[in-house]
Amino acid sequence: MPAYSRNVAYFDAASAEPLHPAARQALAAGLDEGWADPARLHREGRRAQLLLEQAREAIAAEFGCRPDELSFTSSGTQAVHLAVLGAVQARQSAARGPGHLVASAVEHSSVLNAADWLARTTGAAVSITGVDRLGHADLAEFGAAVKHERTLLACLQSANHEVGTLQPVQEAAAACQEYRVPLLVDAGASAGRLPAPSGWSLLTASARKWGGPAGVGVLAVRKGTRWREPLPADDRENHRVPGFPNVPSVLAAAASLTATSRERGTTDVALRALVDRIRAAVPATVPDSVVHGDADARLPHIVTFSCLYVDGEALVTELDRAGFSVSSGSACVADTRQPSHVLAAMGALTHGNVRVSLPRETSPESVTEFLDMLPPIVARVRQAIRDAEVTA
Amino acid sequence: MTRPVEAPALTIDALGKKCPIPIIMLAEQIRDVRIGQLVEVLADDPAAKTDLPAWCALKSQEFVLTADLAQVPGARPGWSFLVRRSY
Repeated sequence: MPAYSRNVAYFDAASAEPLHPAARQALAAGLDEGWADPARLHREGRRAQLLLEQAREAIAAEFGCRPDELSFTSSGTQAVHLAVLGAVQARQSAARGPGHLVASAVEHSSVLNAADWLARTTGAAVSITGVDRLGHADLAEFGAAVKHERTLLACLQSANHEVGTLQPVQEAAAACQEYRVPLLVDAGASAGRLPAPSGWSLLTASARKWGGPAGVGVLAVRKGTRWREPLPADDRENHRVPGFPNVPSVLAAAASLTATSRERGTTDVALRALVDRIRAAVPATVPDSVVHGDADARLPHIVTFSCLYVDGEALVTELDRAGFSVSSGSACVADTRQPSHVLAAMGALTHGNVRVSLPRETSPESVTEFLDMLPPIVARVRQAIRDAEVTA
Repeated sequence: MTRPVEAPALTIDALGKKCPIPIIMLAEQIRDVRIGQLVEVLADDPAAKTDLPAWCALKSQEFVLTADLAQVPGARPGWSFLVRRSY
């Protein structure tokens, strides 16, 4: 079939949004102008420093913080690791023991892995708090865990990276303020897509999810939030991130964030309508399928659904052959073959799931074609798995 | 956790089968018991632990309980799931 050789549509923007044209331009300019060491006093160094600080101001403005609160890391994951470890390190005391961390069960694996690492290396207690069937953090449980007298840090994402559900960050922040516990908001899934959350003490994000290049993460530490470097001393990035900053990529990240948020008014409406179509069409046309997450209070571009009696990987492979690039399983840990911790925490079906995340400028035609192709593909994968079972 | 009073009318051995095979076996065989009777599914794929209750919720069948299987030292963990056919 000739249709199988062409790429129809890339629907995995939540893993990586294609580079924004503004980022490409800024990256080229950064390679020409911002290659020198920004810590040096010579003219080339000063020029790199100026470009770096302009980028910092632009990104800080988007996140509603001061430029000196914001540092660039080499990835979103590194930003999360530094946020968690640095905040805990600053508040830990030998006299009072290893302390306690709180995180919702649907956090990105980088948050859960950092908490787990602290539990194993320092003996810290970790409370993983539950979510409802749509993926909203249970505020009562979260608040009760924060209240624990030795709580050093609480973590709640702005929105879920698999099902798109927005989290009650304001309410969680109020609970944290009441008990004087810093709140880390991982804004990786929503940065550039929605206005930045408020109420955070620490904030993290990743540029490749808003159309910037890979290799740029953002770590913001609100003034007055205690934070201590968890790694050997280095005076880069306000003493927060070791190593030479990637100035050209940071410039590209800033340019794409500014452009993405300027275009957000139109992109948001268009993608939201396309996701609404997918949310309505899948259960209507694919027997035994279910769409996850909050239908309204959600990210504009992400939707995950599950189809009974199919293997998610087989579905992704068949969709790829048909020209549609989607992802399945738990984002970032799909290779471990563990069921998605997000869907498991929601009590949702963890097999046969597909995450569709639309990049900017997704054409309505490509979504129509996807929705036309999906039912026969699911039927074929279902038949294949039954046939294999009979012969096994 | 409440203990069911009666023994399952059917036991499906899906040990060693990866999800979604245990669910497929349950969906195919639940019709073999009468309405109100119990089906036991034995499975050891970690995904089964969330998928069995999720399947019951989706298909309006009654999920009764999950029990750990008696452990042979060194063996991988497994579970017994009890489902009541409700229609």
